[in-house]
Amino acid sequence: MADVLEKISAVQRISGLLDNNLSKIEEGLPAWVNQIRQPALKAFQRMGIPGFRTENYKYTDLTRLFGNENFRRAYVPDDFEVDLSEVFSCDVPEFDTHLILVVNGWYDEKSNRNTTYPDGVVVKSFRRAMIENSDLVMNYYAKLAPVNEDPLTALNTMFSQDGVFIHIPDHVHISKPLQIINILRSEDDLYVTQRNLIIAGKNSQVKLMICDHTLMPQQFINNNLTEIQLGQDAVADIYSIQNQHNKTASLSGIYVHQEQGSQLVTNAITLHGGIIRNNLKVLLDGEYASAKICGLALSDKNQHVDNYTNIEHIKPNCESNQLYKNILDDNSTGGFTGRIHVLPYAVKTAAYQRNNNVLLTNAARMNTKPQLVIDNDDVKCSHGATVGRINDEALFYLQARGINEKEARLMLMFAFAHEVLAEVKIEKLRDVIDKLVNKRLRGEVSKCHSCAMDCIR
Amino acid sequence: MLVIKDLYAKVEGKDILKGINLTVNAGEVHAIMGPNGSGKSTLANVLAGHSNFEVTHGSVTFNGKDIFEMSPDVRAKEGLFLSFQYPVEIPGVSMVNFLKTAVNEHRKYRNEKELSAGDFLKLMREKKAMVQIDSQLTNRSVNEGFSGGEKKKNEIFQMAMLEPKLAILDETDSGLDIDALRIVSNGVNMLKSKDNATILVTHYQRLLDYIVPDFVHVLYEGRIVKSAGKELALELEAKGYDWIKKELGE
Amino acid sequence: MSVLFVTGINSSYFEIIMEDQNKLLNEVTQRDYRFGFVSDIETDTIVKGLNEEVIRIISAKKDEPEFMLEFRLKAYRRWLTMKMPEWAQLKVPEIDYQDIIFYAAPTQQAKYESLNEVDPELLRTFEKLGIPLEEQKMLSGVAVDAVIDSVSVKTTFKETLAERGIIFCSFSEAVKHHPDLIQKYLGMAVPINDNYFAALNSAVFSDGSFVYIPKGTRCPMELSTYFRINAQNTGQFERTLIIADDDSYVSYLEGCTAPMRDENQLHAAVVEIIALNRAEVKYSTVQNWYPGDKNGKGGIFNFVTKRGICMGIASKIFWNQVETGSAITWKYPSCVLMGDNSVAEFNSVALTNNYQQADTGTKMIHIGKNTKSTIVSKGISAGHSSNSYRGLVRVAAKAENARNYSQCDSLLLGDSCGAHTFPYIEVGNSSSIIEHEATTSKIGEDQIFYCNQRGISTEDAIGMIVNGYAREVINKLPMEFAVEAQKLLQISLEGSVG
Repeated sequence: MADVLEKISAVQRISGLLDNNLSKIEEGLPAWVNQIRQPALKAFQRMGIPGFRTENYKYTDLTRLFGNENFRRAYVPDDFEVDLSEVFSCDVPEFDTHLILVVNGWYDEKSNRNTTYPDGVVVKSFRRAMIENSDLVMNYYAKLAPVNEDPLTALNTMFSQDGVFIHIPDHVHISKPLQIINILRSEDDLYVTQRNLIIAGKNSQVKLMICDHTLMPQQFINNNLTEIQLGQDAVADIYSIQNQHNKTASLSGIYVHQEQGSQLVTNAITLHGGIIRNNLKVLLDGEYASAKICGLALSDKNQHVDNYTNIEHIKPNCESNQLYKNILDDNSTGGFTGRIHVLPYAVKTAAYQRNNNVLLTNAARMNTKPQLVIDNDDVKCSHGATVGRINDEALFYLQARGINEKEARLMLMFAFAHEVLAEVKIEKLRDVIDKLVNKRLRGEVSKCHSCAMDCIR
Repeated sequence: MLVIKDLYAKVEGKDILKGINLTVNAGEVHAIMGPNGSGKSTLANVLAGHSNFEVTHGSVTFNGKDIFEMSPDVRAKEGLFLSFQYPVEIPGVSMVNFLKTAVNEHRKYRNEKELSAGDFLKLMREKKAMVQIDSQLTNRSVNEGFSGGEKKKNEIFQMAMLEPKLAILDETDSGLDIDALRIVSNGVNMLKSKDNATILVTHYQRLLDYIVPDFVHVLYEGRIVKSAGKELALELEAKGYDWIKKELGE
Repeated sequence: MSVLFVTGINSSYFEIIMEDQNKLLNEVTQRDYRFGFVSDIETDTIVKGLNEEVIRIISAKKDEPEFMLEFRLKAYRRWLTMKMPEWAQLKVPEIDYQDIIFYAAPTQQAKYESLNEVDPELLRTFEKLGIPLEEQKMLSGVAVDAVIDSVSVKTTFKETLAERGIIFCSFSEAVKHHPDLIQKYLGMAVPINDNYFAALNSAVFSDGSFVYIPKGTRCPMELSTYFRINAQNTGQFERTLIIADDDSYVSYLEGCTAPMRDENQLHAAVVEIIALNRAEVKYSTVQNWYPGDKNGKGGIFNFVTKRGICMGIASKIFWNQVETGSAITWKYPSCVLMGDNSVAEFNSVALTNNYQQADTGTKMIHIGKNTKSTIVSKGISAGHSSNSYRGLVRVAAKAENARNYSQCDSLLLGDSCGAHTFPYIEVGNSSSIIEHEATTSKIGEDQIFYCNQRGISTEDAIGMIVNGYAREVINKLPMEFAVEAQKLLQISLEGSVG
């Protein structure tokens, strides 16, 4: 009963935050954005704080997190004196990206002002986009990510004010990857809402890296939501690297709408974090669209990582392929829910999914829930899930060749992880992540204090 | 027995057969040769009635009946047998059960009494001995886990069981070692009679050392471009298919 | 239910299967549910509806001891606080529990000395069901406990079994003659508060079967029960309890039919299995309740709770099931692997056609060390049906070296049906290995063409391929059931192929 009461009070408290700060939250934003806040609130109140009673959150109970927090909300951007772009001097020649800095959910105008983009590519504050590009943005905002399906999405839409907006025009191939660095930095415990929209036009191509970082030891909750529209034949690679300290809760949602012939690659690499929940929904809504969806999580101590995917095959001849792996140490827990839904007219669908997990201790725990929901007969679908340990035979084989047990284990774990890393198509990035993972498995990266680029060097 | 007139067929929207004419009479052995992609397997599958192949023009009669009016199983029961290039595996369905059903369907079609289990087993033993098929194969599921050679031998064994009027052997020699090739050919030769006919679809001349054809046809780009006696196969072997292309002025 | 009873186990099984395959093919033309006849037997029913009074009446009619009434009332009070589960991939119309008759027994309840005394109409029913009791007695070596509308009518072969100390009787009889065993084990595997339907069953169950196999005893024959729902508006709530003492073995079969009726009928059974040290229990079901007509009218709502506990060291429980019937099936035969080194298997074929809905699977709960479980599930969906596998594999932290392998395949016939797979895997220690695989695919067109080319019609080819696909599971069934299952698969698919 106690947690039911908590839930109710948390929902009430959060609802109250919206009511009490409404003028601050809505200020300057167009009516069509603000109009969605009330339906979002209603949806949130209906669904409540997700916990183990919510089927989709069975393995990630957020009632305690929300029950206990009374964190500061940044309804206006925090003012930092330093120019963060100097701190994150990322012009390492061998790893060249367009850098986009976001601080506590707000697009950092100061650091980003000097960046220019080729061929009409637009990167700007989502707040500005909502105001300046209303006609375009309103086609997608809260449409790709409807408020009534998921409580965290409802929550994000209630409070959304800023984030990143990216528009790649038709036929533009932007060769240099875009890199969004999300920084959490606060003197007191902070709750962050960030909202992003990415529109890739017809036949465009874009590579995007998203790095999440905490710069200070305070507690953070980051509710980050990204809507992505892929036009006909668009190609988008999205890599996220989550490397946050253990008091951070990262609750992220990515909603992708794919048109005919578009190709999506996502790869979520989780190196560190306290509570991590990644929701990913992909609508294959045009023929011959494809999605390759991967994730790797390395967790220890009391970390919790839960990846939830929902791939909807709406049109015929699409292909989706999912590969998620977890290595769990100490008392960490992992969750995976992978849902493939093939709708009645989506014939000639090929949909595959695999989830492999290794538990390193008896205290670690893995819960996995792969699901197939198939509503027509002309499909090829499969899923597989394993939970196990390092292969004894392989371990023995390596030892028999003179490799000590510790090193042999590391080699095998790295080999296990590498299958996911191999799906990173930016070669330099792959090398960097490879090194990071290797260091992580050796326990050499315990927390990323500075920026990703430091790790990369 | 089989009369093909001006046959055109498509697969996945692509024209493969472009005006085939061929007549096969009882007692004859025809070899259809040609380079890869010339339409040999398509012809075999069109005759058997595979739904992936769309006939766009022409006619085929078998024993005077229009075969396009018949579903694939009726064509089979009329006596048309296809030895598949890649026999499919059917897990869990025993060879015995499969063949007994097939044999009795044929018998019912001819208004003959169905075989009892005992008679069927006897027939199977006879035919197995005749085509020298390993008796263990029939205890397994249809083609499941069979080697390439075993699958082809199994096709010939089924042919022996069903005693077709017209047997179309689609690349039956591919993937066979010399021993298997000999066994398969012996089987075919043994089953040959003045009342039935055989069409050998093959890329190589090798099979024709064992099964001597009465006619050899060269299929090229969906049409029969050359027909002659068995000596044509040897000529092809010696000169290669480029020779045909040259002759056609390409 | 027409079971082919094999006479003399060593006679050539092969020949029998062959003959049967033939019959099977001939029967393809038969299009209707074959078991839809109504027996004209006088039935003793109580008024519709459910309240404490009804439960007291049921208990009194059955002359039950006080502890049984207590058990029922406790369950009923618990049930009142519970809600119908909604998590399954099922659309269940609302059930009016006040419109159901919770008890119906054939009126002639006297126990018969010989078959001659049995109501001839009832015997005819059995004949139609394909259970010629008399013949069986002489020939089959299968002891049958036939339950019609929840009351056990006649048990054969009791004497032979009694010589070995084996108890195989109706549940009511067991309550009378072996109350100690009932009191000790009833509700152990399925507690009254386990779920909504288990609570309902615990409150109102009318009869069922009871089996006790003493220490070190191998049951010499297969024990079999047939369930049949007959009277109109009756719910059937049978209760089965099987106890296999140390080092014993038993194979138990359960078959089901129901007459065709326009309205839906409720069936909510509970089966409990207790396997003690090194005991082995094999439980096989061919479920063929009336599935409703082609348009989804009528049919049985089948909400069943089945659970076994591997209580002892190295005990074994095997669930084998072929499910072709019911309008709605909600059923998860489960195992709790408590004892170290215990073994459990779940082998299932579930076929749905027309507007049938099935949400079925298993739970394997690993608690003991070195425990091993295997799940093989073959779903076949046709028509407009929906067929879901739902399974849980849970490995406790203490269950070192636990192993599970699950294979869940779905085969789709037709573009209007659905096949769904919902496995839950929860692993809490690092020495266990859990593997799950699932595939969904359409029936192979190449396979159908291959059969066609050998002269086999498409409908027969599909029957053959589906049976081949399910072979792995069918082979786990006792012989006579395997034949039955094959037929059912073929018949249930009739008309599903355009």
